[in-house]
Amino acid sequence: MMREMTGAEMVMQALIDQGVEHMFGYPGGAVLPIYDAMFHQNQVKHVLVRHEQGAVHMAEGYARSSGKAGVVLVTSGPGATNAVTGLTDALLDSIPVVCITGQVPTHLIGSDAFQECDTVGITRPCTKHNYLVRDVNDLARVLHEAFYVAQNGRPGPVVVDIPKDVQFAKGIYVGPENIQHKTYQPKLRGDDEKIRAAVELLAKAKKPVFYTGGGVINSGPEASRLLREFARLSGYPVTSTLMGLGAYPASDKQWLGMLGMHGTYEANMAMHDCDVMLCVGARFDDRITGRLDAFSPGSKKIHIDIDPSSINKNVKVDIPIIGDVKHVLEDMLTTWRGMKAEPDRRAIASWWGEIDRWRARKSLSYAKSPDVIKPQYAIERLYHAVKDKDVYITTEVGQHQMWAAQHFHFEEPNRWMTSGGLGTMGYGLPAAIGAQVAHPESLVIDIAGEASIQMCLQELSTALQFNLPVKIFVLNNEYMGMVRQWQDLLHGGRYSHSYSESLPDFVKLAEAYGGVGIRCSRPGDLDAAIQEMLKSDRPVLFDCIVDQKENCLPMIPSGKPHNEMILPDHPEGLDEAISEEGKIMV
Amino acid sequence: MPLINNEPAERHTLSLLVDNEPGVLARIVGLFSGRGYNIDSLTVSEVSHDSRRSRITVVTTGAPMIIEQIKSQLDRLVPVHRVVDLTVTGKAVERELALIKVRGKGEIRQEALLIADSFRARTVDTTLESFVFEITGKPEKIDQFVSLLEPLGLVEVSRTGVAAIGRGPDGM
Ligand SMILES: Cc1ncc(C[n+]2csc(CCOP(=O)(O)OP(=O)(O)O)c2C)c(N)n1
Ligand SMILES: [Mg+2]
Repeated sequence: MMREMTGAEMVMQALIDQGVEHMFGYPGGAVLPIYDAMFHQNQVKHVLVRHEQGAVHMAEGYARSSGKAGVVLVTSGPGATNAVTGLTDALLDSIPVVCITGQVPTHLIGSDAFQECDTVGITRPCTKHNYLVRDVNDLARVLHEAFYVAQNGRPGPVVVDIPKDVQFAKGIYVGPENIQHKTYQPKLRGDDEKIRAAVELLAKAKKPVFYTGGGVINSGPEASRLLREFARLSGYPVTSTLMGLGAYPASDKQWLGMLGMHGTYEANMAMHDCDVMLCVGARFDDRITGRLDAFSPGSKKIHIDIDPSSINKNVKVDIPIIGDVKHVLEDMLTTWRGMKAEPDRRAIASWWGEIDRWRARKSLSYAKSPDVIKPQYAIERLYHAVKDKDVYITTEVGQHQMWAAQHFHFEEPNRWMTSGGLGTMGYGLPAAIGAQVAHPESLVIDIAGEASIQMCLQELSTALQFNLPVKIFVLNNEYMGMVRQWQDLLHGGRYSHSYSESLPDFVKLAEAYGGVGIRCSRPGDLDAAIQEMLKSDRPVLFDCIVDQKENCLPMIPSGKPHNEMILPDHPEGLDEAISEEGKIMV
Repeated sequence: MPLINNEPAERHTLSLLVDNEPGVLARIVGLFSGRGYNIDSLTVSEVSHDSRRSRITVVTTGAPMIIEQIKSQLDRLVPVHRVVDLTVTGKAVERELALIKVRGKGEIRQEALLIADSFRARTVDTTLESFVFEITGKPEKIDQFVSLLEPLGLVEVSRTGVAAIGRGPDGM
């Protein structure tokens, strides 16, 4: 399709042609022509946010829960700079987002014009790619390319900066069918020889482990299905990073729980002691490896990743396979079957025996209390109340995030959305709103902390305006609990500025927004209060008053290897757990 | 990061073919500074006007694992078409051009001319009390030339950085 139209009309047409149904945005002088073009159509629905950071997190929640790209529209200057945190978040977690920013007219660029900022300069390091469109005849191509780049290969955020004069100018629109990207052609299929070598290694393994990550989710539901099939066929244990939860069902007996800094003892010990590690769509991040030179010292490592720069970045691997998880797992399964591979049943059985002894340490256990709600208990009860429902969970950042990862269990991919790479407080509420937009009939819950929730709480107003009945479940410990925990670990329990002073009355605050507020502080009342929250068809802020001093365990102290975890039955000596070297780590 | 830093640093010359579009150099330089990689030398110029391609030569140093990282980080930039490690693909031709100004009279002047001659440098500007020499060669040769001119009234040096190309009939 080729047609003459204005730049602003091209933006809307391109979104329609890309199949976009929802976008998240905030108007301003430099995007008014696009808002006007939006006014003349009703195919793309616009969700008006309260802060541009919220718009990007909503787009992320939308993308992660639906598998489609999230779309953002913001104005120049402060609109663009407010979006930077969200863009960085999407970059680190590999989430496809297309963010359109307005810019001052081309003849004013570089003159410090009103609401001018160097958007492409500022966002260059926090996007997968970005464009400044100076000619209206390039606009349609650039927009389609932006969707292509955001969604293909390792996904990520793409910014398209459009000066206001380009939005008014007339030019020729071309449809997406005419666009073929010249250079960016990521490799999807893995190398056959490497796949064969990997399968041979896996088939001979005596202590194998599957270490899976967000790449499995990003590769689509088929990748999760293939992972399950491979696990069933081989009988090997499976663990996952924070980002990958849900790709493998938590109820399965081969599931070890999450690994890493706050992962289970059995997952981390299996990683440490394994002889063959299959890393699927994960990136050996520092939260996962612990002390690098002591990371899984005796294993041969296979690494499947679509991004060659993830290979050998932190950890040297023996067999790198560059490709999309779905394609590579498919080929691995075919090869496995073709070779009639038979795992070493006796070795694997004794490996499971070892794992079961680690499991018996019950590393996620905690001391229950009849008087105060333990945060872990709150998550357990929440999980119990909603596990048979069609539910999506987002989180903020802190202890509550880790407790959610440990005690809420996921059966399916795309159900769990948390800021893993950047660790952005304020992510959860807007991400929940985005997920609710994609799934209006589903239950969406943001598991939050009382400090984090205040970072983007204004988006409650968005939830009200668009009838998005998200539930915010605040584990209120009156502390920036994760900061307090590290002050215990590193700074002699001197709680410098980690107490959540002058907290608002969250119940009244929810009501002030027009939502529902619920408070619960006694374990005996918790189930009923959760039911009350679930019954409401409006946004609810649930203020769950929990134990103030609970620490999040188990934990690999920074600078320590996997086999030196602090377990809940030996929490003493927390203040001596970290060595001098470990102190400089975050 | 003990695994990485134990290996000794190596010097590599990388050749990149990129789209000649605004910001492409900023992307590459930003990648090096943002990730803490070294740039020892950098040259850029358009090599095909029709297809708007530029060729960038970067000389960098780092442990082998870091060099691999640099290459794959560069390769995943959208406007980068190709990354070739000329240090790995075999002996490449590396050349640099320098313009060097010296000032002096009498014997010193004579001495400078003699040295320039033995390095096959050309004299491209002359006054009664100064010369500007033009020299092309490997960076080490230019280093040596400059250091010999140092005591002979060296005023300033302008160097282009390394341009490099693989030997033999094949292109990158
Ligand atoms: C935007 C941002 N600022 C600062 C931090 C550092 N930080 C990490 S966790 C945390 C405390 C979070 O407190 P809260 O939301 O109450 O969660 P809790 O740990 O108590 O469960 C802070 C300040 C961050 N992750 N993000
Ligand atoms: Mg808190």
